[in-house]
Amino acid sequence: MDKNMKILIVDDFSTMRRIVRNLLNELGFQNIEEADDGATALPKLRNGNFDFLVTDWNMPQMQGIDLLQEVRADAKLANLPVMMVTAEAKKEQIVRAAQAGVNGYIVKPFTAETLREKITKIFERIESGA
Amino acid sequence: MYEQANVNGFDIDQARQLVQSLEAGDVESAESIMDSMTRVRESGLYQEIGKLTRELHNALRSFELDDRISELASDEIPDAKARLSHVINMTDEAANKTLTAVEDAMPVCDDLKKQAEDIEEEWIRFMRRDMEAEDFRGLCRRLSTFIPEVSGSSQNISGHLSTVLMAQEFQDLTGQVIRRVISLVGEVEDNLVNLVRLSGKMTGSLGSVDKGKGLVEDSTKAEGPQIPGVDKAEAVRSQDEVDDLLSSLGF
Repeated sequence: MDKNMKILIVDDFSTMRRIVRNLLNELGFQNIEEADDGATALPKLRNGNFDFLVTDWNMPQMQGIDLLQEVRADAKLANLPVMMVTAEAKKEQIVRAAQAGVNGYIVKPFTAETLREKITKIFERIESGA
Repeated sequence: MYEQANVNGFDIDQARQLVQSLEAGDVESAESIMDSMTRVRESGLYQEIGKLTRELHNALRSFELDDRISELASDEIPDAKARLSHVINMTDEAANKTLTAVEDAMPVCDDLKKQAEDIEEEWIRFMRRDMEAEDFRGLCRRLSTFIPEVSGSSQNISGHLSTVLMAQEFQDLTGQVIRRVISLVGEVEDNLVNLVRLSGKMTGSLGSVDKGKGLVEDSTKAEGPQIPGVDKAEAVRSQDEVDDLLSSLGF
């Protein structure tokens, strides 16, 4: 896993963005940017050469699930690994995210260990698949 | 012209014709004029019934609005109370988690500080060459236990700081819940305003009051954290369950 990879964190709550950013820092990732909504994240993703997207689901303008769908529908972004970190915990929602092509799904509240484990797993799978 | 020829639904021309027919003894045409006048009166009656029907319809529509209000009162307000109690629990838990982490980290810092101060005192004596060989050996022994302890304690403190960091996620979770309650309060307010409007002009034209209609629930709509004892939908309760579900889908 490349510790220099560029990561975008999308969450409407700045506290949660800080928490995720700090946890990622602890895991050795430094190249991190933030967006507060799907609508602001999408242009960043399109122009930013990101390697990994961590997004919330419930956001005011564009929801995380819609962002995921936009990403999968965009030829340049279609293969971007996406992890959802969200309070949405209904089974239908998790299934919907899986069907939309999410790479990992973490339910809040979560632990630092869970985050580390899921990220490692996502990139292991990508590297073994590539 | 109509205004002059028509007084309260009576056609004056027709009335004149009726009088003329009767004076001329033409009973047949007098009857036909009477019939036509009655028809006009009846159609006015139909219009009146139509108006009443419309008012009845609007009144029934406002009863549907009442349904939404009773739903708010019976389900959603108690639901909001449970959600807000959950917010208290979450903030309480976060505050306690933070305080515990700080309380646990504090003595570790104090201990490091005290040991460092003791060592510094002896170190100053050593630098002043004011130290016996035996004391120096003691200083060396203390240093060799202190140095790994600094490393271990730093790790310990950093663990407590991580706990403090993670405890802050309550802000996001409670924020989502509070936003939902705020939108509920907004809806209650709108409905109350509508009620006032309705009771104020019950007989007037009501316009369409379709609030609360068209609320077809999307089962995957984002709705924030699940609240124990409030949310009845099938939800996962732990990250393990998320993982199980995803792996059952081939993840």
